[in-house]
Amino acid sequence: MPDAAFVAQLPVSGQLFIALAAVVALLALAGLGVATARRPLGRPLVYGGALVVTLVAGLSALTAIAAPAAGLVLPLGIPWIGAHLRLDALSAVFLAVINLGGAAASLYGLGYGRHDHAPERVLPFFPAFLAGMNMVLLADDAYSFLLSWEFMSLASWALVVAHDKEAGNVRAGLVYILMASFGTLALMLAFGLLAAGSGGGYAFDAMREAPPVGAFAALVLALAMLGAGSKAGLVPLHVWLPLAHPAAPSHVSALMSGVMTKVAVYGFIRIVFDLSGPPDWWWGIPVLAAGGVAAVIGVLQALLQGDTKRVLAYSTIENIGLIFVGLGLALAFSANGFPAAAALALTAALFHVLNHAAMKSLLFFGAGAVLTATGTRQMDELGGLIHRMPTTSVVMLIGCAAISALPPLNGFASEWLVFQAVLLSPELPAWGLKLMVPAVGALMALAAALAAACFVRLYGIAFLGRPRSPKAAEAREVDGFSRAAMIALAAVCVGAGLLPGFVIDALQPAVGGLVGQTMPAQGSVAWLSIIPVAESRSSYNGLLVFAFTALSALLAAFAIHRFASGAVRRAPPWDCGFPNASPLAQYSAASFAQPIRRVFARGLFAAREKVEMPPPGALTPARFSASARDPAWAFLFLPLTAAVDYVAERANTLQYLTIRQYLGLVFSALVLLLLVLALWT
Amino acid sequence: MIEHAITPNLVFDVAHMFAGALVLISFLMLYQDRLYALLNVFALQAVALALAVAWQAYAQDAPHLYVTAGIALVFKALVIPVSLHRMVARLGIHRQVETAVSIGPTMLAGIALVALSMVVMLKATPAAEALAREDLAFALSVVLLGLLMMVTRRNAVSQVVGFMSLENGLILAATGAKGMPLVVEISVAFSVLIAFIVIGIFLFRIRERFDTVDVDALDRFRGGRA
Repeated sequence: MPDAAFVAQLPVSGQLFIALAAVVALLALAGLGVATARRPLGRPLVYGGALVVTLVAGLSALTAIAAPAAGLVLPLGIPWIGAHLRLDALSAVFLAVINLGGAAASLYGLGYGRHDHAPERVLPFFPAFLAGMNMVLLADDAYSFLLSWEFMSLASWALVVAHDKEAGNVRAGLVYILMASFGTLALMLAFGLLAAGSGGGYAFDAMREAPPVGAFAALVLALAMLGAGSKAGLVPLHVWLPLAHPAAPSHVSALMSGVMTKVAVYGFIRIVFDLSGPPDWWWGIPVLAAGGVAAVIGVLQALLQGDTKRVLAYSTIENIGLIFVGLGLALAFSANGFPAAAALALTAALFHVLNHAAMKSLLFFGAGAVLTATGTRQMDELGGLIHRMPTTSVVMLIGCAAISALPPLNGFASEWLVFQAVLLSPELPAWGLKLMVPAVGALMALAAALAAACFVRLYGIAFLGRPRSPKAAEAREVDGFSRAAMIALAAVCVGAGLLPGFVIDALQPAVGGLVGQTMPAQGSVAWLSIIPVAESRSSYNGLLVFAFTALSALLAAFAIHRFASGAVRRAPPWDCGFPNASPLAQYSAASFAQPIRRVFARGLFAAREKVEMPPPGALTPARFSASARDPAWAFLFLPLTAAVDYVAERANTLQYLTIRQYLGLVFSALVLLLLVLALWT
Repeated sequence: MIEHAITPNLVFDVAHMFAGALVLISFLMLYQDRLYALLNVFALQAVALALAVAWQAYAQDAPHLYVTAGIALVFKALVIPVSLHRMVARLGIHRQVETAVSIGPTMLAGIALVALSMVVMLKATPAAEALAREDLAFALSVVLLGLLMMVTRRNAVSQVVGFMSLENGLILAATGAKGMPLVVEISVAFSVLIAFIVIGIFLFRIRERFDTVDVDALDRFRGGRA
């Protein structure tokens, strides 16, 4: 086993020290949360402290991206191995993302936490969850990584079941912890295989020295996909995600959906790109397939939901799919000798990581604001909020447009980059990849279109139209902290969309470290355009699109106001001949999705519509109900749980044996082992 | 090799004889259907064990093994059988050896177990001395036969005897291997003594509570399927 002196020791840097101090400070805040949870001072102390700490840590991580890698071995954990820490460009990128996301969530929590009826169930775990995610990113040996990973899972589990009285939350927590344990098991096996190659060295440095070969490498890839994929929400391991993410308080939902899934992406990148050595030509195929399937299934499911936070959770699955498509492309290009294309695909994936963290947090904050204002998450009880909650409506519109990949916002920029990488696929030599990448591109295009439909539906039903319930009619705009957090994230979405070149440049140190080449520098391109491959192929300028959109909209508005009557006239809209129609006659969440449900969801999702007409003369109302299922439950998890139940039922007999029968079990086990020994050797 | 008045061949043969006697007596124990007879045979096995250990002490020139032999003789051939005798007399159960599997199949299974342990041991220890190999093979047979006895008897006393006989096999194995420190043997002997005391106390408690020492009765009271 290589000892510390053998492996080249990295220098300690100021940023690493700050990151470490941030972890300690967050853990201290968790302790403070325990002590002060029931006092009125607890909430501002914990969230305010977390805000300051994550903000400092995030900004420091931003400066660490371009800095050389730093390392440190602490005498903690397993004796003689210690806890290896490392801050390189990749972990700095993710540290920046999660800490800035965490800062936004803390700011939001300052206001949102006021409505929490059981703060003692949230306050201690919120900073602990942040600390856990930070620790995962700093870990540089398998033991610290898995310990931090599990700590993160447990802290988030505690937050999922914080409101255990609400229906379904305890079940969500159970499903979540089962899937989290399964994922950790897969990662543990993956690290075991990696460590076996290096002769039992559990530090990542030792694993890098001796990467796995052949079937072992393939097994590591599969286990990494299972372990990180179950945390990130790859289909079919996503089932816990739409249950658990909405169950948590909204700022925690934002953290879990926007930020924790990114930690899972980090784990996948770290294992597959960094520790597993040079990829085989086919490694991209399973990753691409998983990403493409997750994108389409996630967004289709999102379209079928009536609960705002569940829509957002399913949409996370879609975006994770897009990120994995980018990673799969990077693997395929990198393995087949196109490092420049690999750099483009990996940049696109990392860019989308940042974008999704910003926009999904923003959308969950918005859903939380709506929940605070109206007390409901059901779209069919909302409507007309644009009049009652102007700020929330505007930032939600920005978030919805961004996640629907509309230019000039950030979602478009990163998805455009992924498509640029897809368009480079004809250069790939292997026919399997040549055929597969365009197919995955088509899946992505379908997912992007459906995502637009999904968020038109979410925004249109919840914010436009007329209120569908008295609660929605009496909604009030939320507090200043919540609005500030949402506005800050909306600003990130707009900024990263208008100036993508700077973000791309900032990501290059991480990209270069993983695929050996970087994208051409974008900061010096004229007019702040981005040119991912060559000017003759493609370029994009968010600023120009924005200027054009803004200018034409202003011109149109000017023209209308100039040449039309300036008088404001309020009149009832045309009502199809039904005066005073009930607000329930508007499009509902289910009716808006009906065409898509009928076209796409009949087969796999078994979407069914049932109309119950009362017999003539009966006074009961006619009823319409639409149902759909998640294929992962139907085909994988329900049979699996049934099998486990069956085996448990059979094994239950073992609880009621006599002493003699127990002795007999021991005896037959012994005889069996001896027989094996006798026949085998 | 240590110089002896007698030839190495004779040393081997005598050790072989005593160890074989232990296995044979194990079979005798499997055959008994009265508790008193079972206890007598058990005492006989302990005597054979003491002889085997003493012979090992002589053959290996290891005087501390004489102590082990003495312990075996005093405790296992005298103290334990006598006290079990008295226990059985007080409980009035000397006629009960209820077998779960009848004697014939048990004997056949025992033969198969001896064959198995021979095959395993001779395969696993090609590098060891012939004396130690034979010894270990016999010892494993005694252990397995003791376990078989525990499994096929319903009565708690015969299960105790099966356990003690299993322990005899362990001591045989321990003394057959050269250089086994006395401390280990003493601790084994005392652990068995303590187990014996505990089991004895339990026997009386079971008896007081349920009016039988049939262990299956325990399971009936526990709500299981006897």
